[in-house]
Amino acid sequence: MMGIITTTRSQMSPNGQGVSDMLDDFFVRALAAGIGVAVVAGPLGCFIVWRRLAYFGDTLSHAALLGVAMAFLLELNITLSVFVVSAGVAFALLILQKRATLASDSLLGLLAHSALALGLVVLAFMTWVRVDLMGFLFGDILAVSGSDIALIYGGGGLVLVVLVLIWRPLFAATVNPELAEAEGINVSQSNMIFMLLMASVIAIAMKIVGVLLITAMLIIPAAAARRFAYAPEQMALLAIVIGVVSVIAGLYGSLQWDTPSGPSIVVAALALFVFSVSPVAVFLTRRRTGQAVSDER
Amino acid sequence: MLQKSNTLVSLSGAGVERGGRWLVRGVDLAVRPGEIVTLIGPNGSGKSTTAKLALGVLNPDEGSAERRAELTVGYVPQKISIDWTLPLTVERFMTLTSRINGTEVGEAVSATGVSHLRHAQVRTLSGGEFQRVMLARAIARNPELLVLDEPVQGVDFNGEIELYDLITGIQKELGCGVLLISHDLHVVMAATDRVICLNGHICCSGTPKDVASSEAYRDLFGARAAPTLAIYEHSHDHTHLPDGRVRHADGTITDHCHPDDGHHHDHPQSDEPERAGGE
Repeated sequence: MMGIITTTRSQMSPNGQGVSDMLDDFFVRALAAGIGVAVVAGPLGCFIVWRRLAYFGDTLSHAALLGVAMAFLLELNITLSVFVVSAGVAFALLILQKRATLASDSLLGLLAHSALALGLVVLAFMTWVRVDLMGFLFGDILAVSGSDIALIYGGGGLVLVVLVLIWRPLFAATVNPELAEAEGINVSQSNMIFMLLMASVIAIAMKIVGVLLITAMLIIPAAAARRFAYAPEQMALLAIVIGVVSVIAGLYGSLQWDTPSGPSIVVAALALFVFSVSPVAVFLTRRRTGQAVSDER
Repeated sequence: MLQKSNTLVSLSGAGVERGGRWLVRGVDLAVRPGEIVTLIGPNGSGKSTTAKLALGVLNPDEGSAERRAELTVGYVPQKISIDWTLPLTVERFMTLTSRINGTEVGEAVSATGVSHLRHAQVRTLSGGEFQRVMLARAIARNPELLVLDEPVQGVDFNGEIELYDLITGIQKELGCGVLLISHDLHVVMAATDRVICLNGHICCSGTPKDVASSEAYRDLFGARAAPTLAIYEHSHDHTHLPDGRVRHADGTITDHCHPDDGHHHDHPQSDEPERAGGE
């Protein structure tokens, strides 16, 4: 197992040289994929935490299973189909919330679980399709291919570039939409782009942690980073670091104890979050806060 | 209302409807450079809605709202809570939507007396500190129009007077127009050029003195307004009934009063209007 650490990126190709062991190869691919997802999920997760969109993210990711079903039904690319369905659900939610007859949380629960159930039912009807349902629900990071990794880094890179471009208006709209609007920020445009970014990340990350655990990958690293951050960008970077550490620790843990890899990554992230709210971390931040701010209330 | 070419913002016959109910209707107002216009009215009278119309945050469902092109606006909203999960220093908060250099930030925070909080986290501020930061934030943008929605909330009484003096000072220095919202006319009287009294529509408007001595104002604000009133008598042309309908002088009852009904109201309302609260 130790040999894995020294393997380089060039050896990730399916016929990589010097990779004699199959285990090495798929494990390195898993690491590369997981780290790629963590890097994209960190900053986006911060916005989800700041905007209190956790349940919203959950709804979009549950809808991803419907996307999978549609992909099989219409013989589309799975990632594309998941993106389209998630984005569709996001806009449906925006419209429903505007003319709401139900409270937001009920609406979210309704859409989340109907989309999930609908996806499962549609899949069950397609008897000719053999689907690894567990893989879609909880992720199958150990089965990622070279093209999956290309998608994660290509798509994820694009998501990050767009996020950097809209960072300022999106952050202003996050702090207070009316203030931002009054001061000339196009709030609805940045919100719309943010929705599309969320749908993209769900489509990209689904294979790694599965539809049921994507929100955890988005939220937990960001939540763990919060206590140590004094600026939004700092929190985003810390969330990336915590996400990456979770992926590495989770994957090694799953190899060590033969546990499912997606859930193991989430458990590792949870452990880091628990540390961030533990007395040790509180003590560390107190000291730093004491230097920066004289009057903590 | 006359509209000069240099008007910063003007509303004419503007109204906002939500769920079949008019939050505010038939509002005419204009703010010109160097002028302080104050909106007063009880809770739910549409003051904040009117401010949002002026800012363009809300679009009118009837009438029109016009702003001068490329208008720089400084806005202090009535109720704004910063999510406690946001890591945000005061300085960063001030440069949220516009690139303001360090010197400008420094001048603005010292003008509102919060220099010491420049690097503090926004979530740790008290109510009064936060209002001062919001004000600093608004003036640092060097605005042509300042919209201040109850800017002295959470500030103690002495601080209140001080803040209004500050606002007047800033306004003189920047030469900007100010749209000020307050529920307390007395405190802002000295600083105000024109007062518009709202209660779903414009009840009365004019100089602070005229408004303070008007029947409509006393009816809206009850006993607290009474001490400053001259004895003033005339008949009402319509009465707001408790169920929201309106009885007119001729005895007819309608669902709404109309903006052109004039400014004579009798509102069945408690003597002491609530001070805090939203629109």
